[in-house]
Amino acid sequence: MYTQGKVFKYNDNVDTDVIIPARYLNTPDKEELSKHCMEDIDKDFVKEVSKGDVIVAGWNFGCGSSREHAPLVIKTCGVGCVIAKSFARIFYRNAINIGLPILECEKACDEINANDKLNVDFDTGIIKNLTTQKEYKALPFPDFIQNIIKSGGLLAALKKEDNNE
Amino acid sequence: MGMTMTQKILAKHSGLDKVVQGQLINAKVDIVLGNDITTPVAVNEFRKAGFESVFDKDKIAIVLDHFVPNKDIKAAEQSKTCREFACLHCIEHFYDVGKMGIEHALLPEQGIVTTGDCVIGADSHTCTYGALGAFATGVGSTDMAAGMATGMAWFKVPGAIKFNLTGKLSENCSGKDVILKIIGDIGVDGALYKSMEFTGEGVKNLSMDDRFCICNMAIEAGAKNGIFPVDDITMEYIKGRSNKEPVIYKADDDAEYEKVIDVDLNKIVPTVACPHLPENTKPAKCLSDVKIDQVVIGSCTNGRIEDMKAAYEVLKGKHIAKGVRCIIIPATMQVLRECVENGWYTAFLDAGAVVSTPTCGPCLGGYMGILASGEVCIATTNRNFVGRMGHIDSKIYLSSPKTAAASALAGYITEYEGE
Repeated sequence: MYTQGKVFKYNDNVDTDVIIPARYLNTPDKEELSKHCMEDIDKDFVKEVSKGDVIVAGWNFGCGSSREHAPLVIKTCGVGCVIAKSFARIFYRNAINIGLPILECEKACDEINANDKLNVDFDTGIIKNLTTQKEYKALPFPDFIQNIIKSGGLLAALKKEDNNE
Repeated sequence: MGMTMTQKILAKHSGLDKVVQGQLINAKVDIVLGNDITTPVAVNEFRKAGFESVFDKDKIAIVLDHFVPNKDIKAAEQSKTCREFACLHCIEHFYDVGKMGIEHALLPEQGIVTTGDCVIGADSHTCTYGALGAFATGVGSTDMAAGMATGMAWFKVPGAIKFNLTGKLSENCSGKDVILKIIGDIGVDGALYKSMEFTGEGVKNLSMDDRFCICNMAIEAGAKNGIFPVDDITMEYIKGRSNKEPVIYKADDDAEYEKVIDVDLNKIVPTVACPHLPENTKPAKCLSDVKIDQVVIGSCTNGRIEDMKAAYEVLKGKHIAKGVRCIIIPATMQVLRECVENGWYTAFLDAGAVVSTPTCGPCLGGYMGILASGEVCIATTNRNFVGRMGHIDSKIYLSSPKTAAASALAGYITEYEGE
């Protein structure tokens, strides 16, 4: 599996309140929520994002609230992958559980610029910057997590387990 | 090598004699929690996956607290989804308007969580219950759905940072000043993926409400959980609240810690986190040039009875500064009732404050105190991110109830200097 698209670049500590402000959380409707994705730090994000694009950020991406709406709206906007130096733990967990591909790679985050074009392969963790022709390798997921992702999320994995028993 | 307190609880709940840092485990959970924002998403996932029944109707808690009494039609629809699910599955611990409270004040108060439990909650401040000597951590809605269906959750066993507490806090400081100081020192990802284990002879000088507040904000340092050892103060608190037999876990003497950080409680001063991160801390007395428009005293961090008492002690017989709005939100119905019975409610009104029924409300920018552009608020809440309480050009300073109340009287940020 892979994604290909342009880069939206952000700094450290992008919190879930800016990914999806709580003032909109009076609905669980992901399509409606996704209209407000990132609006408090980047008003143009929703207008400019297209399918397959990649968010590249610094340390501690997704810190703050446990709201699963955060990875969900990013995915609903069409973002194919988030690459960060590190992820806050609940965001990391939620992204895996709902099937938003995420990768950790410090060097890539330092060197990749906004609007660069990337090709990201989730199976190998290889990030190709098609603009600068540089290549990076992200840390692979442990097998346990790979299994959740390949099953299509946590509940699908649980159901599969249930049926096998 | 021995295990930390957290590792011992996780080992027991996954049926293992020993676990080590980094190990992936499947643990039995004692309580699965959700609120009016996260539960509707979980209910949807639960249904979509085809689950028909919950693992145990007595081990699920659903608390409507973020937007209730409902702020608008959409919020009302979310509450309705929770209510119908709770009714369908006969959920024992379902808390609606009239008996609800802010979940992390309510669950310990009602004895729904207790010492030695393993708890997951679809709310990041679930880590609060570590104060009881439990393992408790925030998860997302899909984890909540899986937990409701199976009674299990997967975890990566965390390493730990040990905070060795010594000494005693001064009169104008509380648990909030301790945790703000720690986050200021280690940063908002200073404990990422780790346990924060609080130990040392200073623990005995911290009340339960101090400990709840400290564990509550462990997430603001990126931690998986915060945890306190169990002592006489814990046992006194849980007495008569829960029918469950408490299980006491202790860290092994040879447990491995990634770091040991000494915290001298004698040296803690009233501390404030400046916009827009909880790690931007400064002593309150250095911020007297910050004029404020609004004060919020409440939340899962500081809406408990001691917090109300602290606000009362500062505000009684005084009046809030002209041009300042002061909003006080007791965290549970019981806390609200005690405010009324103690005469504090009247004292708050006399001081010019408004008092709300329990809600998370303004803490996450829901309602009940939203900020306009350029406005400044000092709040006893837990996050001061951009736009968290309203307009993206508003500013939030985080403090203890005493500092917030003293600032309400002054009209600018100041520490409480006694009567």
